[in-house]
Amino acid sequence: MGEREEVKLLGTWYSPVVARAKIALRLKSIDYDYFEEDLFGSKSELLLKSNPVHKKVPVLIHNNRAVVESLNIVEYIDETWNSSRPSILPFYPHDRAIARFWSAFVDDKWFPTLIATTITKSENAKAKGMEEVGEGLLLLEDAFISISKGKRFFGGEVIGFMDICLGSFLVIVKARENLKGENILDKSKTPSLCKWANEFLSDDTVKNVVPEIDRVVKFMREFEAETQTRAS
Amino acid sequence: MAKKEEDVKLLGFWASPFSGRVKMALKLKGVSYEYLEQDIVDKSALLLELNPVFKKVPVLVHEGKILAESHLILEYIDQTWKNNPILPQDPYEKAMARFWAKFVDEQVGPVCFKSVAKPDKGIEVAIEEGQELITFLEKELTGKDFFGGKTIGFLDLVAGSMIPFCIARGWEGMGINMIPEEKFPELNRWIKNLSDIEIVRECIPHREKQIEHMMKVAERIKLA
Repeated sequence: MGEREEVKLLGTWYSPVVARAKIALRLKSIDYDYFEEDLFGSKSELLLKSNPVHKKVPVLIHNNRAVVESLNIVEYIDETWNSSRPSILPFYPHDRAIARFWSAFVDDKWFPTLIATTITKSENAKAKGMEEVGEGLLLLEDAFISISKGKRFFGGEVIGFMDICLGSFLVIVKARENLKGENILDKSKTPSLCKWANEFLSDDTVKNVVPEIDRVVKFMREFEAETQTRAS
Repeated sequence: MAKKEEDVKLLGFWASPFSGRVKMALKLKGVSYEYLEQDIVDKSALLLELNPVFKKVPVLVHEGKILAESHLILEYIDQTWKNNPILPQDPYEKAMARFWAKFVDEQVGPVCFKSVAKPDKGIEVAIEEGQELITFLEKELTGKDFFGGKTIGFLDLVAGSMIPFCIARGWEGMGINMIPEEKFPELNRWIKNLSDIEIVRECIPHREKQIEHMMKVAERIKLA
């Protein structure tokens, strides 16, 4: 076998998109060195050098080449370590397109709508936003039923691309539910998604990789207080 | 085996760079298709049925399978028809192509057009900020005929449809010299190279019509 390949991951403990990269690496049983970035303090030399365009995490550095953006990283991991099971992306082009489509929906529409409800001061905008979040979850419920075909995950018996994409946001959703007493993932409206969420969060590749909900609740509380202090 | 035209349908809009790049990809692969021009203001029942989530063009229908979102459609086309590859084989090169393509659509497009049409901080600042972003692409092109190397690839289709034949028409209409040759020699050379390719020429909107269209878009941005 050759030298051990050098894999580094730059991230933050609380970032859901960093968790995506960690889950993918775990799925493929890849050893890596992890570097925690302080995004509120000063960004490391390595981060600025490897992601000069956006200066964000996650960054995967493999044999000295940097790959950025979480879903890019997940696809890169899948394609590079393609002989390691499981496959993260589905096999057929159409199934891949479907997985990528729903992840685009989550990243470009659903999650930003959810975040906007945290930031907005308008009660009206917040209510409208939360309604859209709920509608989005109904779409995702249907997508899950159709894609999973009765299995535990979007990816089938094992976690796949779509699971990683949506699943990485579950901790934030649950932390938000705790913090605000809201019911975002509603068992009566999206029962399959709720079941999937439990399966995902208790899976071995996810369990010790995503942050603990309590820790995120504390972080959100502190962040909110900080933001309000700065605003007043 | 001859492919019936009806096997592949493309719903698009003549001025849309997102539709344009899909046309280029299909042409590159030699795939016959039925084109259905859409009214993006008064959306058809078909469009709303095929893309209820985003309600946008382009939408590709292939043997009953529905594909939306231009980057995904390009990847699907590349994986389904194997001739004339669009994406690089190497996973790292592929990741870079995807990264820059997203950068073009999400940063370059909005900053270099919307901010220029409605310059909140003044036109000089808007141009400077736009040029800062475009400089990244200039660097990526150094020493290459195309982003894809010797032949056009994924990033050429995305950036090609978006920059020279879409937002640049807007710059022309507004009298803005966003990418002067002395500052962006590689990009200007790339645009010339692209314009020489028949596939590209056949899939880009008519120049004057596009300028007129982009000026209307700029007006809407100003009023928003």
